[in-house]
Formats: sequence, C-alpha cells, structure tokens
Amino acid sequence: MNLMMLLEMAASGLGDRVAVGSRTSGLTYTELFDKAQAAARRYRNSGVEAAVLCDESSHAVPIALFGSAWAGVPYVPLNYRLPPDDLLALAGRVGSAVAVTDDINLDRLASIDAVATVQQGTFLADPAGGHDTGAEPGDWNMDPDDIAVLLFTSGTTGTPKSAVLRQKHLVSYILGSVEFMGAGEDEATLVSVPPYHIAGVAAMLSSIYAGRRIVQLPRFDPHAWIDTIEAEGVTHAMVVPTMLTRIVDALDERGGDPLLGVQALSYGGGKMPRPVIERALELFPITNFVNAYGLTETSSTIALLGPDEHRIAQYSDAPTERARLASVGRPLPGVEVVIRDVEGIDLPAGEVGEIFVRGEQVAGEYRENGSLLDADGWFPTRDGGYLDADGFLFVQGRNDDVIIRGGENMSPGEIEDVAISHPNVRNAAAIGVPDREWGEKIVLVAVADGTNTDTVELEDLIRSRLRSSRVPAHIVFVDELPHNDTGKLLRRVLREDYAHLGDGPTG
Amino acid sequence: MVDLKAGARFQSTVCTTEVIVVKGAGEVDLTCGGAPMVAAGTASIDGSPAAGAAEGTQLGKRYGNEAGTIEILATKAGDGSVAADGEALVIAQAKTLPASD
Repeated sequence: MNLMMLLEMAASGLGDRVAVGSRTSGLTYTELFDKAQAAARRYRNSGVEAAVLCDESSHAVPIALFGSAWAGVPYVPLNYRLPPDDLLALAGRVGSAVAVTDDINLDRLASIDAVATVQQGTFLADPAGGHDTGAEPGDWNMDPDDIAVLLFTSGTTGTPKSAVLRQKHLVSYILGSVEFMGAGEDEATLVSVPPYHIAGVAAMLSSIYAGRRIVQLPRFDPHAWIDTIEAEGVTHAMVVPTMLTRIVDALDERGGDPLLGVQALSYGGGKMPRPVIERALELFPITNFVNAYGLTETSSTIALLGPDEHRIAQYSDAPTERARLASVGRPLPGVEVVIRDVEGIDLPAGEVGEIFVRGEQVAGEYRENGSLLDADGWFPTRDGGYLDADGFLFVQGRNDDVIIRGGENMSPGEIEDVAISHPNVRNAAAIGVPDREWGEKIVLVAVADGTNTDTVELEDLIRSRLRSSRVPAHIVFVDELPHNDTGKLLRRVLREDYAHLGDGPTG
Repeated sequence: MVDLKAGARFQSTVCTTEVIVVKGAGEVDLTCGGAPMVAAGTASIDGSPAAGAAEGTQLGKRYGNEAGTIEILATKAGDGSVAADGEALVIAQAKTLPASD
C-alpha cells in the first residue's frame, strides 16, 4: 500500500484533467505524477529521512506529499507561522530532511545542519533538484507499515506530539470513503486550511482520488474565499468553524445572490456555534452541509453528520431532529465508536463518557510514546461525549478542558452553548481558574454581538437553563477569542490571561 | 410548466409539500400529488393528492430523476409525491461522503 497507488490510478484514468490549480494553468494528473517522480529523485538521492514542508499552500504540497511517498520517506508539514524557537524545536526532532520552505523560514531552517532547505519557487521549477535518476514508475515501497505522514498535533496543551500516520491508515481511509473518479470534470474543491492540518492532507488525497480539481487559498480571508468560489467555479469546500463564522459575516455584509454553485460544504476541526451553522444553512440554501469529526490520530474523519440531517434539522419542528444539528453524526462505515466511563466500562446510549474509536484508519500512534491503542485496538480520543439512541454522536469537548468546581465535573461546552444562545453573545469560552475554596471557578469569556454587554441577563439564563453551580464567577467581554491557524480555540491562552481572576496557588 | 432554476422554491396545491430546487435546467412539468406545483407562497392548498401520486414527500430529503439532471430538496413534508415531466422523483443518495474532506 502506498499513496502513489492513488495518484497512479488518477493519472491513468484522468491524465489530462487538471489536478491542482486553475482551469487554465493548473497541473494535470499526469504532470503531478511526473513531478512527484522528480521530487522522489531529489529525496532518494539526498538520502534524507524526511520530506519537510514549511510553507503556505502551493503546488509544492501535492508534489512533496506524493514525491515523499514515492521515495519512501515521511512527509512532515510544519506550521510556517510558528515563532522561530518553536519551529526549530520541531524541525530538530525530524532527523535529516529536505525542507521546502518560504523565504522567512529559509534562513531559520538552514541553521539546522541535518536539514537541507530549498525555497518553494526553486522546488517548483525543478522538483528533482537536478537529479535525472533514482525513481521509476512503480518502484515505490508497498509496505503498509511505512510512515506516510508525521503531523505534529496542535499542542494546545503542552509540547506537540508527532502523530504517526502509516500508508495503511491513509490508503484504507481513502479507499473506504472515496469513489474513484467519482467527481465530474466541472467539480473543484477549495482548500483553505494550512498544509499542516490533517484535513488539508486528507482533502488533497480524497480530491486526487475522486478526480476533483483542487484550488488552494493559501491565506484565508472571507472575501478572498468568496471571490475564489466565484472565479474558480468551486463546487466543494472545507472550512473550520472560525472561517465559516467570518464567511457568514462577509456574505451578510455583501448581500447579493446566494452562492448556489457550492454543492457541498464540509466543516470540522472544532465546535461549530449553532447560530453560525443555522445562518450558513440559510445563506447556502441548496448546499450539502457535512460536519466531519475526526482527529489527526484517526486519519481525519471518523464520524459525519450528513446533508440530510442538516436540512431536516433546519426545517423540522421536532426537538430530536433539531438537536441533531449539534451532533457530529454517525460513525463512518468501518469505524466503531464506544463511550466508556473512567473505569473503562462501556456506557449505554445517553450517558456521557470518553469517546473511544476503532477501525483500520485509526492510527492512534505517536513517535514519542508509540501506540495508544488498547489490546482490542480501541483508541481513547480524550474527547467527552455520548451517543443518542439512534447512534448519533455528540461531542462535548476535550476532557482536559473539563472544569472541576467543588468536586463536580463541568463541561465548558454546556455553559458555552447556553451563553451563545443569548442574543447578545456571538461566541463564548468557559474556562476554569484556580480557586482556594472551590478548586476551580468558572470564567466565561464572551464575544459580544452588538453593544449590550449586560452580564446579569446572561447569568440568569445560565442559572435557569443549567443550574446555579454553572453560573460563571466572572463574565468578561472581549473582541475575539484566541484561535490557532487550524481553528482550535486556545483555552490555555485564556487560562493564562485570566488566571489573575483566580486566587489559587497559581493565580 | 415551471422554470427549474437552482434555488427556486415551489409548493404543492394539494398538500403541504414545499421544495427548493438543487439541480435542474429549463422548463419542466413539475407536479405534486398529480397537480402542477407553483411558486412557493402564491397559492392555498385545496384538495388532496391523486391516487398514484400520494407516496408522501419527506422533510429534508432530496429527490431526483433517473438521469440525475433534476434534484429537489423537501423543505416541508406532505402527503403527495413529486414528479417531473411525468417521472416520479425518487430519494437521491448522498454521494457527498467523498467530499467530507
């Protein structure tokens, strides 16, 4: 098994169709195949252990991804916006590498002896780096255990770990969820997440296998996103919740006709505020919405809430159907999900516990601490949640983010959902800060929707919908919540920023 | 006959069914419960679906023709079933699983 099998099939079936780029100047499948071969020659001849990419999206991404698979070395995309020290710390863990970089990081990475840097433009002009031998069609390794991709997890808590995705995980994921050449010639997918995001890697692989042209938006801006949709005839797009929030605002600002050309819009990577998805369903009235839940460690999507459930939730009066909009849907075929309590006992429907997942695409492995799969192949996601009676999965949030007040576990998501339902609140994050009396107390950091920042109404709402123990000790209004580039809310930053409101040992 | 343009909304005149067009091209004889559908919000409901066209239309489901050239999404359920140029529209399978990424 090798990712190159997917590209070889695509080149064979669709050779002259554009694989990535614009309709007029993009790379065809055949050209991408040839450039992957060239890149493989560069990697093999340099004898490196890894193919690093430290740059925004460009054609270099698929060339490096497939070229590395051809050459038999892991593809390691790094966050190009990291502060220099953090970047060097990650790059130092990779071993010997050829790194395709942008101008800013060229010098930084050049300071590591084991890393040979090549600027993006240079790599694109000559992926082979002058080598004309070293890789021939079909000579890629087929060992399913070969490491295909190493992805550093976003490290919202602690040092980033490197998640190991082997050829078998990614190939089985694509073969199991994508129809070969299933895309029509007029379809195009817009990828606006950075290359080091698992969804970006997965989107690239599934689009290539489906035969759907990939359009890249290297730097996300909601107006640029809308303009690109129109200019490139984009039919499919994948966004994280923070992007959709900005897109919805931009569309409301612009007015104009709905983007009826978008056939499918999928989102994931974090919790979607309900008002945003509800508005998006109105602004894209015939688009198929998909909520995809997954982790880096599970090769991306393990459960999804499909287009029908989205529309049923939008138009129905039935509470169970409306509630489904907050779920992440049902597990993919081939994936099993179970909820377990702290003792590891399986819980029945409706009970909250930790989400465990099992399946061929579930890698659940880190270079630093090996496999986290238990003896039966189950992976602990460290996300809390529950399954409803019909098998729909509801994710409450990271277990690490649970607030423990007076010995009681509280899910921030529960408090946040109620806060966001208030018309004055656009978005909210509930965090715990140290408290001598309670262990932790709740601070709600909210983004105002308008000028009304009355906290009493908000407290009353939380008290009436949940209970008094959930009422925040402090409510702070801010202009925006901190997120990283993959759309994850940075609770750690909020906890640091508001630690002074606590009075515990670290407050 | 109505113009099946993406985004256009239609209602049944013999049941509560309402739809929005996802895919379609040009003029089509669109019926629900055997009676021609009209632009949503322009008519009251009178009568009931004809036999043979009363399979029901389910909320939130998409229906399409065999050729795949017509697709509608039901925004309100009803007792009648929808047909285009005499062909009963059937539930369209979501093939967006591949596009989840």
